Amino acid sequence: MNALAENLISPVVLCFVLGIVARWVKSDLAVPEPIYQGLSIYLLLAIGLKGGSALAVTPFDELLLPGVVTLVLGLITPVSAFFLMRRFGRLGVEDAAAVAAHYGSVSVVTFLAAVEAVKRTGVETEGYLPALVAVLEVPGIIVALLFASGGGGTKGSWKKALHEVVTGKSIVLLLGGLLIGWACGPEKLTDVQPFFAAAFKGALCIFMIELGLAAGKRLRDAGKAGVRLLVLGCVIPVLHGALGVAAGLLAGLSPGGAAILGAMAGSASYIAAPAAVRVALPGANPAYYLTLALGITFPFNLAIGIPLFQTLAKHLDSWL
Amino acid sequence: MALKQTLRKVTIIAERVLRDDLIELVKAKGAKGWTLAMVEGEGSRGIRASEWEGRNVQLDTLVSPEVADMIMDEVGSRYFKDWSVIVYVADVEVLRKDKYVG
Repeated sequence: MNALAENLISPVVLCFVLGIVARWVKSDLAVPEPIYQGLSIYLLLAIGLKGGSALAVTPFDELLLPGVVTLVLGLITPVSAFFLMRRFGRLGVEDAAAVAAHYGSVSVVTFLAAVEAVKRTGVETEGYLPALVAVLEVPGIIVALLFASGGGGTKGSWKKALHEVVTGKSIVLLLGGLLIGWACGPEKLTDVQPFFAAAFKGALCIFMIELGLAAGKRLRDAGKAGVRLLVLGCVIPVLHGALGVAAGLLAGLSPGGAAILGAMAGSASYIAAPAAVRVALPGANPAYYLTLALGITFPFNLAIGIPLFQTLAKHLDSWL
Repeated sequence: MALKQTLRKVTIIAERVLRDDLIELVKAKGAKGWTLAMVEGEGSRGIRASEWEGRNVQLDTLVSPEVADMIMDEVGSRYFKDWSVIVYVADVEVLRKDKYVG
């Protein structure tokens, strides 16, 4: 319970709440699009650089197992999300595949919130975790789109969707940052460190306001999505998150690292996936996937999921 | 006053993900140029994927009546079912008509 309250009272979470409240009271608050775009570039590059510099000092065989486990998670989560959405969510093939693509991919902001939460508890984590974010981002979307094409759902262009995923700004910046950070190593990065480290959390706060504004809009649609989807939007992150925590511990991650991997696996993408899904599955209803990813699962993870995965990782660690 | 001649202005307003597709489409049908703007608005369609990541695009192009018809047909058959798209055409008077057709 303590972890729950502790997790909620943080600038990052509260800024998200501020965004939601601002939307509810119909405030004229809006983060201008160029600023939002600029912040997302800043955040993604900063994550990449930080992860890359950690990669430079991590031996390869230490990375191998966590990397493989993350890839496997990326292949499993869209499958389970697809079947849950078909069976319990009663969605059509195209809609279920669209939702599965979001759950198969990863939300970078959920990752960041998890890192912050774990850091606050004083637990050590692996520095190379951003590399795992990059690993987890793409495969899930591709697997989910395969479901749709298997079910005869794809009317959109495969090639374009693939291009959208692989060359989208989030993956380019993340991979680019990782490469630059890895090539330069920690010492050479000290020059840019003041810019990318000192302002990072503040920038994240402003980004969270925008996400809150967007989620606030989605929350209004949450009722229309129906109780089944509402429940699934909370069950899927717990299921995938628990799987991620267990997999992380088995792969030799620290409890803190495993909690973060859990949050990653339990999260639903809303930057890379929506764009790709819109192109590949134009017939899928954005009301389902956006509402689930941004309106339900993201706030759920922020408030309950992350502390849950932390607790789970702590307890499972003594077992495994 | 220079000679004014009549052409058609085709306007397409669509979700932003279609930006590149639409530019390709109008050029393939014979448009020699285009103008693009980011716009906001409201219509019969509900929410869309690009909603929280930007506005809609408005693509204007000046073309001959034949090209205008081809563009409208193509936009209709390709996008009306699944996408938030509108397209309309208006007669406009231009100077230097040969800049746009031929």
